[in-house]
Amino acid sequence: MDAMVGFLQAIPLDQLMIQTVNGVVTGMILALVASGLTLIFGILDVVNFAHGELFMLGAYVGVIVITATGSFYLALVTSTLVIALLGAALQIVTLRPLIGRHPLNTILATFGTSLVLQNYALWQFGPVSRKISEPITAHFDLFYLEYPWYRLLIAGLSAAIIGSFWLFLKFSTFGVWIRATSQDRVMAQAMGIPVPWVYTGVFAIGAGMAAASGVLFAPLVGVDHAMGLDWVLKAFIVVVVGGMGNLGGSIAAAIFISLLESYASIWVGPSLAVIVSFVVLILTLLFRPTGLFVATPK
Amino acid sequence: MSIAEAINEPLVRVEDLHTYYGKSHILHGVSLHVGPGEVVGLLGRNGVGKSTTLKTIMGLVQPRQGRVLLGGNVITGLAPHKLARLGIGYVPEDRRIFRLLTVMENLRTGLDRRGVTEDRKRALLDKVFSFFPVLAERRNQAGGTLSGGEQQMLAIARAMMLEPKIILLDEPTEGLMPRMVSQIGQIIDALHREGVAILLVEQNVPLTLQASQRVYILEKGAVRHHCAASEIDVGDAVIKQYLGV
Amino acid sequence: MDVRSPASGRGAASVPILKTEGLSVRFGGLSALNQINFEVARGELRAIIGPNGAGKSTFFNCLTGVLRPSDGRILLNGEDITGFASNRISQKGIARSYQITNILPNATVLENVRIAAQSRRHAWNMITHHSAFADINEKAETALDSVGLLSKENEIAANLSHGEQRNLEIGIALATEPSLLCLDEPTAGMSAAETHETTQLVRRIAKNLTILIVEHDMQVVMGLADRITVLHYGEILAEGTPEEIQRNSKVLEVYLKT
Repeated sequence: MDAMVGFLQAIPLDQLMIQTVNGVVTGMILALVASGLTLIFGILDVVNFAHGELFMLGAYVGVIVITATGSFYLALVTSTLVIALLGAALQIVTLRPLIGRHPLNTILATFGTSLVLQNYALWQFGPVSRKISEPITAHFDLFYLEYPWYRLLIAGLSAAIIGSFWLFLKFSTFGVWIRATSQDRVMAQAMGIPVPWVYTGVFAIGAGMAAASGVLFAPLVGVDHAMGLDWVLKAFIVVVVGGMGNLGGSIAAAIFISLLESYASIWVGPSLAVIVSFVVLILTLLFRPTGLFVATPK
Repeated sequence: MSIAEAINEPLVRVEDLHTYYGKSHILHGVSLHVGPGEVVGLLGRNGVGKSTTLKTIMGLVQPRQGRVLLGGNVITGLAPHKLARLGIGYVPEDRRIFRLLTVMENLRTGLDRRGVTEDRKRALLDKVFSFFPVLAERRNQAGGTLSGGEQQMLAIARAMMLEPKIILLDEPTEGLMPRMVSQIGQIIDALHREGVAILLVEQNVPLTLQASQRVYILEKGAVRHHCAASEIDVGDAVIKQYLGV
Repeated sequence: MDVRSPASGRGAASVPILKTEGLSVRFGGLSALNQINFEVARGELRAIIGPNGAGKSTFFNCLTGVLRPSDGRILLNGEDITGFASNRISQKGIARSYQITNILPNATVLENVRIAAQSRRHAWNMITHHSAFADINEKAETALDSVGLLSKENEIAANLSHGEQRNLEIGIALATEPSLLCLDEPTAGMSAAETHETTQLVRRIAKNLTILIVEHDMQVVMGLADRITVLHYGEILAEGTPEEIQRNSKVLEVYLKT
């Protein structure tokens, strides 16, 4: 009993608060990456193993634009658009011919694409990691830390991007087309909706989201050809835990998992804290395989 | 096509269709035609290939043999969304409205087309809501919350949004109460007065004979009888033979 | 003449081979089958017909253990088999062919049928080679002969024509040596010639078997059935010989929707 009280008293409240903020920040970026992934799976039924590479290439395009113009925001916008176009091209060339075939085919296609893109990046940019500097270098006092404003900016921008996408989905014509296609592909076609182009558009949007996350996250870590690997793994975990194809679920799951990991890192250190994600994944698959944040398990 | 041929060319012509589901040979050479503004009935028992004929016309399934023509142009092999844009509306057997979209959003899927002005969109919506006032009441409700009859009306209204030259109507009265069945008859008449052609697949013989100008009777994947609707009656031997027991 | 006994006079057993009492299936608020009291005498060939949504498939699914009834009993030779799993029902002697062809496409015709024959015995014997079970091969070949596919026994099933595949499906069911055979739209997707062949086939095997057949093709039904049961909205609308059903105005009304 005393040991328990002693343990509880030893929980550092200020560290907890800091890790909460950290968890939410990382969670928002993860949410942005995972949203793109779950969107692509939900609408196209494609498991996009190249998603991490789109994230990585987004960061590299960001590097190029910042080096050329010095503007972080221009880098963000340009990277999103360029990688969205790349995504559209990839979908048309590698995935359209595979529509209607066994899912294994698309898995192999996206996996192959990921290898190609990784090695392209290695060849084009070399093995040395690049750096993007934050657009805002100011800090504020969070307990005993000088906490960078930039991290809050990332969370805010991610939320804004996801929010505007949700509005787009709900109110725009293309948004209605996406929703109709995801509910009944055949009737969507019978209503004149150009379903093959809806698929391309969705893939482009997903790719754009991945690229935006790449640029936003780049100042926190270095930009190198392998940066996608870690993220795609986490993103897949988030997509499964949140419910495949469930946008709201992915966002909730992203924040949930990031918070758990951040709290865990108070005690065990960040490299071991990653285990938390896998534990959550295993528990979800065992007990609620349709997703933790799905309303009624089917 | 010469002018004489063009005048006589039906709106939709189906020639010797052979459609398979895997190895299952469903259509054994179906041929029929629908003139502009005509209501044509397609009668037959279950499993004879009526729905398959409509699906083949709509490009939802490709025939192994035979052609489909729209206004004299071959459309076999075209994607369904192109056919919708060319003026073919499809109302499937199980309605298949978008359950998670609202009534308005369901209608929008057909309304938001290139080259349609805002005014024309509003006029179309007004017309459809006057045809189906209950849809106007429920315009912000999710499609899945509508009753069976209301969903059927939504499915027809949705097809009307395409301003089609012909609507392929698959068993619209199935599962509906008798009162709604007569309502469907009135809707078909109203569409006919607007000049929309209809290819009506049905098992309800009285409704079909009343609403159509011509009827085809299908059995085992082929047309067995074809005549003007006025030439036959519910009690006729040919009806008993192909539709009765 | 007792209207309930089969027209051909076959089967004198006092216990009907199959009987349902108050059989009902509800899906939520929807009543797919409502208080079905159905009886089939041994050796009879009974057709089950009815318009769309009448409950024919649901009825078959109940009989073969695919669906659990919400209410009522199913009795096979007097034994209550309600709620039994489908493998157990197969062991009890009810076999079924399906609407959508359900054969093993990459196996030979003989292998397809032999697997079914094997299910009756030796299921757990993993050591002896299958060729050692001569009786199984014999049963398989007998079944193939009944459906006219013996000459194609070494053909890969996927290479058969549609009609032959549908007949193979019947052969697979026969190989389990059932006492009751349920055929679900056996002539679906067939040409007129194939339909005729299958009708002859069913007539041949009906000599030693009780058969329930769901069909839409009225020529097939009228040509084969001893008696017909008409289902409508989950209830039995009428039962009788083909002539009686054809004269039944209620049935005609239902079909023509008058």
